[in-house]
Amino acid sequence: MSEAREFKHIGQRTIRPDGFDKVTGKANYGADLSLPGMIWGAILRSPHAHANITKLDVSRAEANPDVLAIATFEDFPSVNAAAQRDGTQRDGMMDTACNILANQKVLYHGHAVAAIAARSEAAAIAALDLIDIEYEVLRPVLSIDDAISAQAPILHETMMTQGLAEPATKASNISARMELKKGDIEAGFAAADVIVERAYDTPTVHQGYIEPHATTVVFNENGPSMIWCPTQGHFDVRARVAQLLNLELGQIKVVASEIGGGFGGKTTVYLEPVALILSRKSGRPVKMEMSRGDVFRASGPASASQSLIKVGAKMDGTITAMQATLHYEAGAFQGSPMGPGCMTVFTPYDVENLYVEGFDVVVNKPKVAAYRAPGAPQSEFAAEMAVNELAKKIGMDPIEFRLKNAAKEGTQTIYGPKLKVVGLEACLEAAKASPHYNAPIPENVGRGLAAGFWFNIGGQSSVIINLNPDGTGTIIEGSPDIGGSRASMQMMAAEILGVAPSSLNPIVADTEHVAYNQTTGGSRTTFATGMAVVEAAEDIVEQLKARAAAMWNVTAEQVDFKDGVAHNLTGEDQLTLADICASAEKTGGQISGRANINARGAGPSFAVHICDIKVDKETGKTDVVRYTAIQDAGKAIHPSYVEGQFQGGAVQGIGWALNEEYVYSKDGIMENAGFLDYRIPLASDLPEIEAIIVEVPNSFHPFGVRGVGETGIIPPLAAVGTAVAEAIGQPISSLPCSPPKILKLLMSAQ
Amino acid sequence: MVALTYHAPESLEEAVQLLSTARQPVKVLSGGTDLIIQMQGLIQDERLVVDVKKIPGMRAADWTEDHLILGPSMSCAQFTKRQDIQTVFPGLVEAAYLIGSTQVQGRASIGGNLCNASPAADTIPALMVNRAVCLIQGLNGTRRVNVEDFLIGVGKQCLASDELLVGIELPKPTARTMDAYLRFIPRTEMDIAVAGAAVSVTLDDDGVCTDARVAIGAVSPTAILVPSAAEALIGTRLDDDALLAAAAASSQAANPISDRRGTVEFRRHVVGVLTKRAAKIAADRVGEV
Ligand SMILES: Cc1cc2nc3c(=O)[nH]c(=O)nc-3n(C[C@H](O)[C@H](O)[C@H](O)COP(=O)(O)OP(=O)(O)OC[C@H]3O[C@@H](n4cnc5c(N)ncnc54)[C@H](O)[C@@H]3O)c2cc1C
Repeated sequence: MSEAREFKHIGQRTIRPDGFDKVTGKANYGADLSLPGMIWGAILRSPHAHANITKLDVSRAEANPDVLAIATFEDFPSVNAAAQRDGTQRDGMMDTACNILANQKVLYHGHAVAAIAARSEAAAIAALDLIDIEYEVLRPVLSIDDAISAQAPILHETMMTQGLAEPATKASNISARMELKKGDIEAGFAAADVIVERAYDTPTVHQGYIEPHATTVVFNENGPSMIWCPTQGHFDVRARVAQLLNLELGQIKVVASEIGGGFGGKTTVYLEPVALILSRKSGRPVKMEMSRGDVFRASGPASASQSLIKVGAKMDGTITAMQATLHYEAGAFQGSPMGPGCMTVFTPYDVENLYVEGFDVVVNKPKVAAYRAPGAPQSEFAAEMAVNELAKKIGMDPIEFRLKNAAKEGTQTIYGPKLKVVGLEACLEAAKASPHYNAPIPENVGRGLAAGFWFNIGGQSSVIINLNPDGTGTIIEGSPDIGGSRASMQMMAAEILGVAPSSLNPIVADTEHVAYNQTTGGSRTTFATGMAVVEAAEDIVEQLKARAAAMWNVTAEQVDFKDGVAHNLTGEDQLTLADICASAEKTGGQISGRANINARGAGPSFAVHICDIKVDKETGKTDVVRYTAIQDAGKAIHPSYVEGQFQGGAVQGIGWALNEEYVYSKDGIMENAGFLDYRIPLASDLPEIEAIIVEVPNSFHPFGVRGVGETGIIPPLAAVGTAVAEAIGQPISSLPCSPPKILKLLMSAQ
Repeated sequence: MVALTYHAPESLEEAVQLLSTARQPVKVLSGGTDLIIQMQGLIQDERLVVDVKKIPGMRAADWTEDHLILGPSMSCAQFTKRQDIQTVFPGLVEAAYLIGSTQVQGRASIGGNLCNASPAADTIPALMVNRAVCLIQGLNGTRRVNVEDFLIGVGKQCLASDELLVGIELPKPTARTMDAYLRFIPRTEMDIAVAGAAVSVTLDDDGVCTDARVAIGAVSPTAILVPSAAEALIGTRLDDDALLAAAAASSQAANPISDRRGTVEFRRHVVGVLTKRAAKIAADRVGEV
C-alpha cells in the first residue's frame, strides 16, 4: 500500500514541461499549422432552428474560380442519404454525419449545411453566398416540456423511445428511458418522518474552452492522410473520420496539437471530416476554424435538465428513500448523458431504497457533448439541494447528516458494483475541520455545502519510454494533455527510474507513433496512462538489471536497482542508469520500455465544497465571498495540478450556477453566442478557491491515484444554490441564479 | 480590389475634406474598440477609414477659465490617470474606468463611446449630468450641441456625413458640486451595463441640495436626463425619502426592453436603485472635499 512509502518526486511541485512554450507563445495550437498550397474552408450554417431544406444548389458556387471544393452530406460515402430515408434504425454514425453536415433537415440555429474551400478565407466566406438554399421553416422545440408535450413537432420521424415497458409504436422526441432501482421505494417513504419533494431545472451551458475548434488536413491518396487538430482523443478522431469517409485506420494519421481547453467538448468531430473531404476534392491542404459564435451555436454544449427529487428521512437523520425523475436535453440528436446522470444522482448516499427514472429528450439545440462528469452536475445538483433542505427540516448540520448516510466501502450502488475504499467520509471530516466551515457566517451571507461523486474510468493506454545513450529519455504517450498530465507522467517515470523528472521528455505522439490510447476523458489519464508509464518504466528497470548483469557477468537476479543505480548483490559494483545507457551498444543495443494496458480499478473520487455568497438584496446580484473545494485525489502526483483541477471545476460549476446559460429567442435563435453575454466567471469575480487535497489511496494504482478532473464541477451547483437560498431566505430550484431571477424571488417575498 | 483604405489626416480641414469627398462609405476611427468589431464580417466591403487621432487636440484635455475641453479621442487610460480631472469630475472618470478592461481602456475614448451612441454607453449619463456640449466641425463650419440632443436613437447621433466630433466641452461645476456614476452588471468587469445612473448634486453649506442632475443609461433607446428625479432631490437633504423618490422617478422614466442582458422589470427596478446609490455617493463626495 502506498501510504507508508516515501517518494522522491511524487508529490513535489515541479515545473510543467509544456509551460515555458505556452507562456512564451511558442506552443502550437489547433489554428497554428499552415502548409504550402493550403486553402481555406468555410461552412454555411442554418439561420433557422428547425427547417426542412427544400433546395440546396451549389452550382453557382462551383462555377466561382476561387472555389476549389464543396462538401455536403452527400459526400459521406458510408452514410449516404438513402440510408437515412429508408432506414428506420437511427444509429450513432448517421447522427454524427447529420450533425456535421445536415441531411435534408436543419435541427438547430448554426447547424452546418455545406462547406466551401477557396483560395483565401475571405473568398471561402464570400462564396457561401453563392449557395442557393431554401428552407421550409418548422416550429422549433426549445424545452423539455415542449418536446414531450403531445403537440410538439417531432424532430426525427424514425425515432422511437427505447427502454419503455411496452415497445413504442409511434415516433417521439424522447429517444430513451432508463430505470434503476434498489430496495422497496414505497416502503422507504412509508418509513420516513420527513419528506422533501421538489422540482429543479438547469440551463444549457457551454464548456467555454478558450480555443475554438480548428483543423488543418492533407488528404493523401498514396499514404496516410494527415489531420492536425486540438482534441482530447486523436485516436477517436481517426476512428470517426475513418468510419464517416470509409477509410481504414491506417489511412489516417491524426496529430493532436496543443489544446486550449476541452472539458469534454473536444471528444468529438465537427470540422475534421469536412476538411478532409474538401482536401480530397481539391488536392490541397485545407484549414478550417470555427469562430467563437460557431463554437457556441454548433459545438458542445452540456444538457439542460429537469429533475424531480423526493427524499425521505427519519428524525434521527437516517435517509430511508430517495427517488428521482430526470430529463436531459440531448440537443438535436439523441445521446444526452442521462445514463451517468441516473447512475450518479444518489451515489454519495448509502440508502436502502432508491428509484431513478431518466429520459433522453431531443430539442432544436446543438447536439450536446461531454462536459466534465457528463450528466452528474445536473442530477446531483437536484439531489444535493433536496438533501440540504431535508437536513435543515430535521435540524441537522449538513455535514453530520451526510456522515450519517455517507456511501463507503461496501455500499451497494444503484448501478451495479459495490463501492471499494472511497473517500467521502474523509472529505466530510476534512470539511468539518476546515477553517472555512469553522468560520462564523458573515452578515448578509449564505453558506452552502454539497457533495459530489464521479466514477472515473481506466481503459486502454499505450506508452513507450526510450532512453538515450546519455541516460536522458523520452516518454512517448498518446493521451492529449489537457491539465498538466505530462508533468505527472514525467514524475511517475522518474520515481521508478530514479532520475530527475526533467531528464525525461514526455511527448503526446500522433496516432502512428504509439499504439491506441483511449480519449483523455473520464479522469483517466493520470490513472491509466500513468499506470502504463509505470509499467513501461518497470520494463526498463528489468532491462537495466539484465544489462548490468551482463556487464558484471552475474545473473539479473543478482542485481538490485534502486534510486537510479544498479547494485551488484555479489559484490560492491554499482552502475548508474546513465552508465548502463552509455554502454548499451556493447550489451545488446539501445533500451526502450513498453506497456500496452487496459487499466482496471479506477477509483471513484468524492468531493465536498463549501460556498459563502453575499446577495445584494436590492439588485439580486450575487458575490461569492469564500469558497473551499475538498476532494479525494487518492494520491496527488503533482499537488499544484490537482489543486488546479479542483479550482477549475469549482469555477466552472460556479459559473453554471450563477450566470451561464444559453439564451434563445422564441424562434430558436441563440442570442448570446459570445463571451460578452455568455457570462463565465472572470478572475475578478471570484475569491481564491481554497483547495484541500484528501488522499485515500486507490489500491489498484501503483501510487494510489484516483482521477480528479471531473468530480470538482459537481458540488458547486448545489453549494452555490444552497448558499443563495440561505442568503435570500427562499428555496432555489432553478439555475442559473442570475440577478433578475433572484430579484424576482426577493420581491415576491416582500 | 482594395477593400479598406486608411487615412490619418493631420488637420481638421483635411479630415473634413476626406469625409465629404469620399467615394466609398467612410468610417471615423478613434480607438477602434467599437468600430473594428463592427467591421468584422464586412471584410469584402469597401471602406474608407479616417483615423482622427493625429489631428491636433483630439487626444488632449485642457482647462480654460470656465471649461474643460476634452479631446474626444483621448484614451480612457490617459483620461482616468488625470488627477486634475478626477478631482472635479470623479463620476465621469469612474464611468471611463468601467469601460472594458485595462487593455480596452488603452484605446477606448470618450468621444468614441459618445459617437457610437450605444444605449448602454457608460460615459454618456455622466457627460449628461455634467452638462457636456459637443463641439462639431463640418465642411460649413462649427456647431455646438448639448449631449442630450446629440443622441437621436440606438446607435444614432446627429452628425452629418461631413461632420466630426472635435471636442467635448465640460463647464466647471459650481462649488460643492460632485458627480457619481454606477452601473449594474452581473459580473465585475468586461460586461455591458444592464442599467446605469449618473447623478450630480450641488449642496449648500447646510447640506441642502440646491441643484441636481440625473441621467440614466441602458434603459431606453438613448441615455436620458431624468428631470423629475433631479427635482426629487433638490431642496432636500438627500434623506431616505428623497432618495426613494428619485429612485422611483428614474424607474418611472425608464423605458427598457427585455433581452439577453435583463428583463424590463429588472432594469426598471435596478435603475432606481442605482440612482439612489449614486446620489448618495455624489453627496458624500461633496462632504469629503
Ligand atoms: C472588450 C470590450 C469591452 C467594452 N466594454 C465597454 C463598457 O464597459 N462600457 C462601454 O460603454 N463600452 C464598452 N465597450 C465599447 C467601447 O470600448 C467604447 O464604446 C469606447 O469608448 C469606444 O471608443 P473608441 O475610441 O474605441 O471608439 P471607436 O470604435 O473608434 O469609434 C466608435 C464610433 O464612434 C465614431 N467616432 C469615433 N470618433 C469620432 C469622432 N471624433 N467624430 C465622429 N465619429 C467618431 C466611429 O466612427 C464609430 O462609429 C467595450 C468594448 C470592448 C471591445
